[in-house]
Amino acid sequence: MLVAASAGNVLVWIVWIGAAFACLASAVGVVTFGNPFYSALALIGNLGSLAVLYLLVSAEFVAAAQVMVYAGAVMVMFLFVIAYIGPRQETPWAGGPSWPTLGAVLAAAAIFLEIIVVVALKAGGKLSHSEHVNATFGSPGWVGRLFLTDHLLAFEITSIVLLVAAVGGVILGAHAHRLEASAAKPPTPGRRPAPSAPRREQPTEEASA
Amino acid sequence: MLGPGVAWYLGVAAFLFGIGALGVLLRRNVLIVLLSLEIMLNGANLALIGFSRHAHNGAGQIFALAVMAVAAAEVCVGLGLVVAIHRRNLDLDVDKLSELRG
Repeated sequence: MLVAASAGNVLVWIVWIGAAFACLASAVGVVTFGNPFYSALALIGNLGSLAVLYLLVSAEFVAAAQVMVYAGAVMVMFLFVIAYIGPRQETPWAGGPSWPTLGAVLAAAAIFLEIIVVVALKAGGKLSHSEHVNATFGSPGWVGRLFLTDHLLAFEITSIVLLVAAVGGVILGAHAHRLEASAAKPPTPGRRPAPSAPRREQPTEEASA
Repeated sequence: MLGPGVAWYLGVAAFLFGIGALGVLLRRNVLIVLLSLEIMLNGANLALIGFSRHAHNGAGQIFALAVMAVAAAEVCVGLGLVVAIHRRNLDLDVDKLSELRG
């Protein structure tokens, strides 16, 4: 019995270390890749390994929602926009340790150290979950019951936030379309066969400018 | 105890948040800045889930789901802005999009 328990523990550790390593490595990949398409693909890997980490603390519904909402919906939207914009001339790495680069690295390191220090000071020594949880912890029914009883206001406010964001996205898109139409009409009224025509001409304009 | 404690989760979450902050501060492509922002949100989510397991409390998971919804809303508006910028033939560089600088 003890041997089986320790074997399960070792297995959990192995899976955890693999998922955490994949998570951090793909996060570094998102930041360092030059092509946004590769960055988005690395972020999908990051979200998948995070879902594995969620499963290891028995947050099943959050892991499923992570895969469906993030890796499914949000990343597909990202990839659509990256494909729509096309291969941009990516401004390369700043080239050596310039002052903004150095400042950015220092600020990020300061944020990281601040988190570590605050957690270690406030909660050091008390962070171990030794007890076992009951079987319903993290299950969809449990989360749904919490949403509709204790956290009903947060649930409703979330729906309003999503509605407002959808309306905002539509307004931004319509506004851009109107701007494009008004910008493209006066110089060449007859020569505008499709809305995608100004977009085609854009690289040559930028190359000449 | 089965598997790593919540302190390990907090370490990974802090690393994720730091890497995301580095990307937001360092990169100049708007799309990669948005992707790094997602990494920061996911670092916060991981800490929330770890604390939820630590405290046997469901509020952390509810909060994580709310963060996911807010991230989806942010991506919707952010990508709408990116498409609008692209259609006005502006450069997708956060250093060059400085018309609102005071």
